[in-house]
Amino acid sequence: MTAEEILNSLKAKFGDAVVESKLDAPQPWIVINPARMKDIALFLRDDPATQFDYMMCLSGVDYNNGKLGIVYHLFSMVHRHKIVLKAFCTKEQPHIQSVSSVWATANWHEREAFDMYGIVLDEHPDLRRILLPYDWEGHPLRKDYKVPEFYNGMKVPY
Amino acid sequence: MIETKSLPTQYVSQPGAILTSSGKTLRTDEMIINMGPQHPSTHGVLRLEIVVDGEIIVDVIPHIGYLHRCFEKHAEHMTNYQQVIPYCDRLDYCAAINDEHSYVLAVERMLKIELPERVEYIRVIMAELQRIASHLIAVGTFGIDAGAFTPFLYAFHDRELILDLFEMTCGARLLYNYFWIGGLSHDVPPQFVDKAKQFCTYFKPRIKEFNDLLTYNEIFVKRTANVGVLPKDVAINYACSGPMLRGSGIDWDLRRDDPYSVYHKLDWQPQLGKGEMGTVGDVWDRHIVRMREMEVSVSIIEQALAALPEGNVQAAIPKRIRPDAGEVYARTETPRGELGFYVISDGSGTPYRVKGRAPAFVNLSVLPEISRGCMIADLVLIAGSVDIVLGQVDR
Repeated sequence: MTAEEILNSLKAKFGDAVVESKLDAPQPWIVINPARMKDIALFLRDDPATQFDYMMCLSGVDYNNGKLGIVYHLFSMVHRHKIVLKAFCTKEQPHIQSVSSVWATANWHEREAFDMYGIVLDEHPDLRRILLPYDWEGHPLRKDYKVPEFYNGMKVPY
Repeated sequence: MIETKSLPTQYVSQPGAILTSSGKTLRTDEMIINMGPQHPSTHGVLRLEIVVDGEIIVDVIPHIGYLHRCFEKHAEHMTNYQQVIPYCDRLDYCAAINDEHSYVLAVERMLKIELPERVEYIRVIMAELQRIASHLIAVGTFGIDAGAFTPFLYAFHDRELILDLFEMTCGARLLYNYFWIGGLSHDVPPQFVDKAKQFCTYFKPRIKEFNDLLTYNEIFVKRTANVGVLPKDVAINYACSGPMLRGSGIDWDLRRDDPYSVYHKLDWQPQLGKGEMGTVGDVWDRHIVRMREMEVSVSIIEQALAALPEGNVQAAIPKRIRPDAGEVYARTETPRGELGFYVISDGSGTPYRVKGRAPAFVNLSVLPEISRGCMIADLVLIAGSVDIVLGQVDR
């Protein structure tokens, strides 16, 4: 399926949950309402026409004007087509629905997005920090992150 | 809550109880054991929190991050795109060339650069040499996990010969900074082609020797067959890749299915696990896939050496690397699987965001799923067969 057909089938099924799209990009992307993410992911995985059974990558992004987001790179092993989904949220309300019940691989990627960007994945089964120590403060990949002077009373070098 | 439903039924009549030979039940408690972060069989600084019922594993909780070096934050703070490449080397230090390949591919796709044929062929040769070197570490240390020390020495001896070839080309033996955006840092030296051909001739019988020594050894087969079985649907749902995926019998190789470089011009086939010694997707299958991939790599190197065209390897290197605002996700098949880089450019000279999709990170996340119900000694083998490099897991 082409990106346009995927977009049309999503629009037909979910209507206003599809916020925006850019189909002329080298890797076309579709922006999804963050509160409807799980339903859409489930539909894309289970619909026989799309069957996106393989999540290549899930990345958190800080867009630098108070906007955070998660980018989902999906692939279908059956039909061999790709699509990129995006879900945006704000720093004040950093909530996006978790898709780890749809693709098990999302579990660790989402924990990483929480760890690095502070995006809270609603309904995630085990939302803990993954790469940083459990008692670390702040989310380092945010663009406005300041390196703390002390960690547990120890001076942080440089 | 600890799940006990996946325990083998012959050991357990109810959660936490073991049947004795006299027909009585022994009440037992679960115990939590720490394995790592300083443990030889975790292949680096991985900590596994293991919940055991006697010898049987009830649950495994991996704790990672001990080797986190802020790769993604560093990448955003370089002064140009080129400076990220040495950091990519340090992700998977056993297969640095393949890491570079994925990153330069992402940036080249943003810049829409056409590369000279010679660059592509040298890249394929180097990537495949690196794949052999990396698989040699994987199968060698996997032998140690199973209690066989000798094959490890064979593997490391042969790996040295490959590192000699790299040293001859770019001066480094482990972390190369060899692939540049649009080209290579050096052309190969004149004697390289002969030396590489000699290596291929030398190495082919060595694979058979290694197989006789380890792969078909009866003790090794008994330890690895039917252990840690990864079913197809679980493998796809966890987005496993590389030998993990092919070991489960899924015909999938990015070199063929999402073509890059000149792999489509060469004649080769991906190797799959077939369950010859046990079940499809067990630990032995993942091991044999690595062994056979080394044979395939030798064949790819020989073909690429024979077809190596002339040309200037630095002709396409751009003077100024400043991609248009946009984003790209590029992936390559590294020895551990699909390594992808998601690069966002804001039109400036530094990447706005670089996300590394590390295959070892993703493959490791399936470990709890496939090790429940196994013995502790088997967990060592299962973790070894995933072939993690903690530099890549923690980035």
